[in-house]
Amino acid sequence: MKVTAMDIYKLLPKTNCEDCGEASCMAFATKLSEKETDLKLCTPLDPEGMEKLEKILAPAVREVTIGKGDKQVIIGGDEVLYRYELTYYNPTALVIDVHDELEESELEERIKIIENTEFERTGELLTLDAIAVRNKSGDRQKFIKTVSRLKNSVYPLILCTMDPDNMKAALEVVGDERPLIYAATENNLEEMAKLALDYQCPVALFVPGDLEKMKQLSHSLRSQGIKDIVLDPGTFVGDGIGDTLDNFVMIRRLAVEEKDEDFRFPIMGIPALMRLGSKEDSVTKGIKEATVAATMLNKYADMLIFNGTDIWELIPVLTLRQGLFTDPRKPQAVDAGLYEFGDVSEDSPVVLTTNFALTYYTVEGDLKSGKANTYLLVLDTEGRAVDVSLAGGQLNGKSVADLIKETDIENKVNHKKMIIPGLAAPVSGEIEDDSGWEVAVGPRDSSAVPDYLLEKL
Amino acid sequence: MDKMTQLLKLLENTKSIEINDFRMDFDELELQLMPAVQQVVQQAVQTRKAASEVLPMEDFKPPIQDYPGKVAEVQLGKGSRKPVYLGGQQALYRFEEAQPNAPVVTFDVFDIPMPGLPRPIREHFSDVMDHPGEWAKKAVKEFGANMVTIHLIGTGPKVMDKSPREAANDIEEVLQAVDVPLVIGASGDPVKDPLVLEKAAEAAQGERCLLASANLDLDYQKVAQAAVNNDHAVLSWSITDVNMQKTLNRYLLKEGLTQNDIVMDPTTCALGYGIEFSIDIMTRTRLAALKGDTDLQMPMSSGTTNAWGSREAWMKKEEWGPTDYRGPIWEIFTGLTMMLNGVDIFMMLHPTSVKLLREIGGTFVKDYMTTDLPDISDWITQLEG
Repeated sequence: MKVTAMDIYKLLPKTNCEDCGEASCMAFATKLSEKETDLKLCTPLDPEGMEKLEKILAPAVREVTIGKGDKQVIIGGDEVLYRYELTYYNPTALVIDVHDELEESELEERIKIIENTEFERTGELLTLDAIAVRNKSGDRQKFIKTVSRLKNSVYPLILCTMDPDNMKAALEVVGDERPLIYAATENNLEEMAKLALDYQCPVALFVPGDLEKMKQLSHSLRSQGIKDIVLDPGTFVGDGIGDTLDNFVMIRRLAVEEKDEDFRFPIMGIPALMRLGSKEDSVTKGIKEATVAATMLNKYADMLIFNGTDIWELIPVLTLRQGLFTDPRKPQAVDAGLYEFGDVSEDSPVVLTTNFALTYYTVEGDLKSGKANTYLLVLDTEGRAVDVSLAGGQLNGKSVADLIKETDIENKVNHKKMIIPGLAAPVSGEIEDDSGWEVAVGPRDSSAVPDYLLEKL
Repeated sequence: MDKMTQLLKLLENTKSIEINDFRMDFDELELQLMPAVQQVVQQAVQTRKAASEVLPMEDFKPPIQDYPGKVAEVQLGKGSRKPVYLGGQQALYRFEEAQPNAPVVTFDVFDIPMPGLPRPIREHFSDVMDHPGEWAKKAVKEFGANMVTIHLIGTGPKVMDKSPREAANDIEEVLQAVDVPLVIGASGDPVKDPLVLEKAAEAAQGERCLLASANLDLDYQKVAQAAVNNDHAVLSWSITDVNMQKTLNRYLLKEGLTQNDIVMDPTTCALGYGIEFSIDIMTRTRLAALKGDTDLQMPMSSGTTNAWGSREAWMKKEEWGPTDYRGPIWEIFTGLTMMLNGVDIFMMLHPTSVKLLREIGGTFVKDYMTTDLPDISDWITQLEG
């Protein structure tokens, strides 16, 4: 469970030196308990105290950094099994696979697609996080060549080969950038462990379908002083997806509830494996790869490697990740009130929506891209969407009438006509009765609002 | 001792130093190291310790928990229907105890042609949309539906204002056409829905359908009575609120329904449109059931079709790729997410989404590690593409 500020304070030097930027040790302790500052800022703390505090502040799942500087992604860090209990930390890293048998032009094209993949949603730009370079050929020179090209990519790297010599050769090229070593297995554990230590890189432990063995090997890595481990318990698809899920859930439960040190690490899945030996058409493969990804995203994957790069496959994955990692403690609402778009005058139309952040940003995006000139009344529905607030009773005649008064909109326009969302049609009469305004039921989706305004007015 | 003083002086301005070929001879020496030296020494010792320490290790034990509660099992379909069973779980996950019943999908069918349905769905059903019976038959025969939901949308006062009697006729048509259990949905009009459901329930007496729905905004007593009198189950619908769900369930239990006659719909918000709220509610509801809260021990339902309302599912936009693929994925993601958080029955529209959801759901009834797993140890060299 989460440590309290008092637990932390007891272990701090209590000098109130302010070196950390806080006014007192107690203030620093409070920020530490909220994960809002860094323990390393405490300069008077002795190593022993540092170690103790690091231990009690450590999240149930270790945070592992892949890459360095502006080219890094942090995975892990979770404290709970269910997001409603707190929040999930560090969104699942989405990684695309490239391999060393691609023609140069294919490789360039693929890198371009990966780096340019983005999707904007509710004011947030969603992108990918890393590139996995796969030693498909088994050939050392080919691997080095591909890895060297990717050294210039904007994303951190996962180096994929089971051959320790090839791994070492690749680390000679990019080892100073903290790539993830994929993977240590029961066959190469000693060699890969040595490389992880020599190059100070995180290492993935790949033990498909055998948690007992995974525990032993993880323990062995830890005993050698390796701290940054990522667990790959194997991604089995088709009928095997149930076992994949079970393994993911068991690892996370052991980490969070049993504090089993051998499992307190981020978990990775490889939806790309759905394509292994598959004879299906490329669209079916894409849909299935996304489906496997959604399964693992829901149940604790901290990193996922894809082969497909089609935007229609990645948009749902990016969207699900955004939802899962939204902090449930923060209200999903914008300020209620009156908003203006474009050039407004007393002739401008008045449109109604709710203050659910997603609803608001969707409407805002549509009004802006449609270059609409309009007033937008944003109703406080306690952060609920139109249909939900309609059912929940926040969106009703009286609440809209009150909003009209509060915003003084009657003195800003020379009419009393309002356009309400299509989904709010059931309360159109009620709004007319309570406010004395004339209500027109607008489109169900706000993308149609700008055209609607042009046509009707 | 001169050297020692020099060394300490040096250390004042550095954090660490390396000493080569250093030797000291003495009989008795009292060392008073300055803090910086102490720190360096301690750190070195600690690093050494960590590297050589034999860490304690316990045996691997699967994290299986005991649950005092159990999810009730609800039977749908009786009389001339092939029965389907929902719920019955005594554990959260398969590795603890496999689910007794696999998740079930019920295909949406409407009593009117529904020109507003997205094209990827219309193209599968456009030839049968004039007749709900034919539509239901196609869903069962061609797409293997376990169940069919007949939405009596046409009874809506602002739609076609069909009478409850006409609605009952549509139910009879569908009952004749297929032998799977039915979910009977109304139009969403709080005044008329209970009247429509009452007549529909009578028309389907003894067939054990699921009446959708009872909620706090309408005469839920009438809906509950229609179920009790004609041997049906009731869908208890709340709006992403565990307490509202508890209250409504309690009211329904008072009307004479039992846990085995109720399925809950805690509301499915679509992917990208608040799905995380639904995740939290479903999770909390199922955990409460297994902990023993008798007001929440019913199976759960998801109106997965909501996914098609998301613009990412239907809106034409070149930079997002074809809607033919986006739509089904949106529905799968929405349903799958609900399934992974405990939902037992899914109302869905697209054949591809239904197929993929059922493939994954089908594994929930098998025991841990009883499937033949392929050898993936060489995936790095074997994966094409």
